[in-house]
Amino acid sequence: MTAPPSTTLTDHVTGTVNGIGESTVRPDGIPKLQGSFAYASDLETEGMLWAATVRSPHPHARIVDIDPGPALAIGGVHAVLTAEDVPGRLLFGLEHPDQPVLASDVVRYWGEPVAIVAAEDPETARIAAAAVTVEYVVLDPLVDPEEADTRDEVFRRIRIRRGDQDVRGSVVVEGVYEVGMQDQAPLGTEAGLAIPDGEGGVDLYATTQYVHADHSQIVASLDLTAEMVRSHPTGIGGAFGAREDVNLHIHLCMLALYTRRPVKQVYQRSESFTGHVHRHPARLRYRHEADEDGRLVRVEADVLIDGGAYASTTSAVLGNACYFAVGPYKCDNVNVDGVGVRTNNPPCGAMRGFGAVQVCFAHEAQMDRLAAALDMDPLELRRRNALATGDALATTGQRIDTPLPTREVIDSLVAMPMPEDDDSEDPLRLPGGTGLTTERRDVRRGVGYAFGIKNLGFSEGSDDYAQARVLLSPQGAIVETAAIEVGQGLVTVVGQIARSALGIGNVEVRHIDTSRIGSAGSTSASRQTQLTGGAVLAAATALRDRVLTEFAGEYLDDDGVWRDGELVVPYAELASGGWEETTTFRHPPTEEPDENGQGTLHADFAVAGHRAIVDVDVGLGLVRVVRIDTAQDVGKALNPESVRGQIEGGILQGVGLAMMEELIVEGGVIRNPTFTDYLLPTVLDAPDVEALLIEQEGSWGPHGAKGVGEPPTISSTAAVAAAIREATGLALPRVPIRPEHVALEGGV
Amino acid sequence: MIVMFELNGKSVSARVVHPTSLLAMLRDELRLPGSKNACEEGECGSCSVILDGDLVCSCLVMAADVERSVVTTVEGVGDDGKLHPVQQAMLDSGGVQCGFCTPGIVMTAVDLFDRVESPSPDDIREALAGNICRCTGYGAILRGLEAL
Repeated sequence: MTAPPSTTLTDHVTGTVNGIGESTVRPDGIPKLQGSFAYASDLETEGMLWAATVRSPHPHARIVDIDPGPALAIGGVHAVLTAEDVPGRLLFGLEHPDQPVLASDVVRYWGEPVAIVAAEDPETARIAAAAVTVEYVVLDPLVDPEEADTRDEVFRRIRIRRGDQDVRGSVVVEGVYEVGMQDQAPLGTEAGLAIPDGEGGVDLYATTQYVHADHSQIVASLDLTAEMVRSHPTGIGGAFGAREDVNLHIHLCMLALYTRRPVKQVYQRSESFTGHVHRHPARLRYRHEADEDGRLVRVEADVLIDGGAYASTTSAVLGNACYFAVGPYKCDNVNVDGVGVRTNNPPCGAMRGFGAVQVCFAHEAQMDRLAAALDMDPLELRRRNALATGDALATTGQRIDTPLPTREVIDSLVAMPMPEDDDSEDPLRLPGGTGLTTERRDVRRGVGYAFGIKNLGFSEGSDDYAQARVLLSPQGAIVETAAIEVGQGLVTVVGQIARSALGIGNVEVRHIDTSRIGSAGSTSASRQTQLTGGAVLAAATALRDRVLTEFAGEYLDDDGVWRDGELVVPYAELASGGWEETTTFRHPPTEEPDENGQGTLHADFAVAGHRAIVDVDVGLGLVRVVRIDTAQDVGKALNPESVRGQIEGGILQGVGLAMMEELIVEGGVIRNPTFTDYLLPTVLDAPDVEALLIEQEGSWGPHGAKGVGEPPTISSTAAVAAAIREATGLALPRVPIRPEHVALEGGV
Repeated sequence: MIVMFELNGKSVSARVVHPTSLLAMLRDELRLPGSKNACEEGECGSCSVILDGDLVCSCLVMAADVERSVVTTVEGVGDDGKLHPVQQAMLDSGGVQCGFCTPGIVMTAVDLFDRVESPSPDDIREALAGNICRCTGYGAILRGLEAL
């Protein structure tokens, strides 16, 4: 990686070690390496019961009867609860409540929860769940998204009309593209422990990305006051969007309150595949029109995403898909018609990239087709249309007023050195690997580029904020937040921000429950470094300023307050003074779209590009992704090594979607809900990655930082597809691209 | 039944009620949660332990079959709470994110460096092929282990 020269051990302002700009190591790294870090699935307490879920075997059916009798007759079974036992609101949902806590009359997707069980041990709980007798009348499932659109079974429609409907370009390309249903597949499955407090309330420790959203949904369904439920952050084994929605949270609280015992549950992998939402599969119809010089004159897109049975975040995902349908390019005349349909397929919601991934696959294929039609270098076509600060976003017309270095991303990526041609016969370097199926003479190399753009933070008029607290304790400075660390490194970066702002090196970050601090919002939308980081910077700065004003000090460090080279207040004295500051940070306000989809809908944007280099055995359809180079707009890299980790990890998820990752859904049923059949990239599938961080000041994030989590996943899929197209000459309008799509099409 | 074996250098005995895996016995009976359950079918490597000198997925080993065996888990590497060199290397390189795959990767790397004195980058890749990491893209893990 070509990182900025920022790995020195002192911060430029205060001299604080492990401040911003350094690649400081994770504070939770050692316990994770030693196996002592407590994930939700590791929690236990005295007298704990185990829960299991009874799930529908049908994607669409009417429930005639639920008989808990056979389950309750099993020794060690303490409870079987159904919809009748939900004390409060029967529905939950992240954006609006439309999903039953437990299905009562109708099940609408395969694996929908119907009843929940608590028993003495996990095995007994599972046996009891299987013993609950549910009588169904099977109904026809609606599984064709186009039919759902025709029947107006929709969660949201978006209509964007911008510019002059009569302006046309002389060069036209059209295409239809599809993206399969990807799963986040975090290594840790859903898990939680609910502990009744003996006073009618409950404490929940469960996998999540957003404790305050869980909390409000739990409170509503349990019909308790907000104070009676405390949702606690806990150790999380990855998320990538899978944990924004409630799954086992309300169930565990219900069972704990009913049995008056702590109740734990850990989903097995196959249950996890039905227990969380997935990336929306999409069908995208595009028409690009350009003038003879390659300037985009008109873009039209039809965006159809399948939301499955319940709303989850389909509205917002559809918003992103439509608003970023043109990519990081200028165009004055744009029509987009988007629809998120309701079917009896598995519910879909958030996954890294959140709508921008699907349209990027399509708009980048279109840009390559357009370049071919113009007989122009595809990178030159992109340069001529590159969106910059001061330009209007092609879809919404929003004037972009934060740094958007699209042109710099394109030019830097193109300038990165290319790898040498590989004539090695080493099977580790051939497509197909040690299966020894390929010979070098049958391998063709392809190079493909793709560029993507996405919003950072919540959009469309959301009141997006994060609260954080900084206090001085005898153990050092403490940062308190309800923001969720899922592995991305928030715990590291907010500590760095606090150290640099306070001047104090001894900083600990504590994740605290919903009763003790306001919301930090969701760990999603690439937003926590900017939002919670912004709150921590504001709180730490205000606290330092108050302390220095109080004691007429010049600066603060681990020893205390200093003036004229002398220590005027020792830290121990300061620490007993009850110094603390709580701050709520908001990003610039955004608007809801008008009737044509126009407005200032987004607070910030990030752009990134990827160059994929692939080797393909066209006859066998085998592909090896040799290398991916990337340039990414990061604002300011607060922890370069951590940014690099996000880039490399995000790229491999993009490669996974390009090559292998897809939930196969037939008639509403997931056919491959296991790690044997849902293929994830291993180290042997992982390309070498070179990353260039493009830093430009001016974003509202702390020290100008932008969110970095999603851009690596947005255009990496499209770049791999472009590279395989270049090697094979095939159109390849769908991802994932499997061997049969290459080999059976015959190649060039 | 009671299963007796050597675990991380100490003799232990554990009660096994249901037909259960070594992984479940380690986690639920012996209270060693370091070995992770992520797939329970030998695909992800998160539960890797060293059993009588061989790296195995503990989810695929029956608990009853480790009678009189020697088992090392992630809790048993390193010396008196100090990090094993592969743990230190992964910490320094940024090879840990969510950390759920990390114990399995540590065990794979410990096993590799026990067997091969100076493994090549290809040796490291081949050894790690049975460990799925969803966060890092493997780059930082490889950089850490290649530096050893």
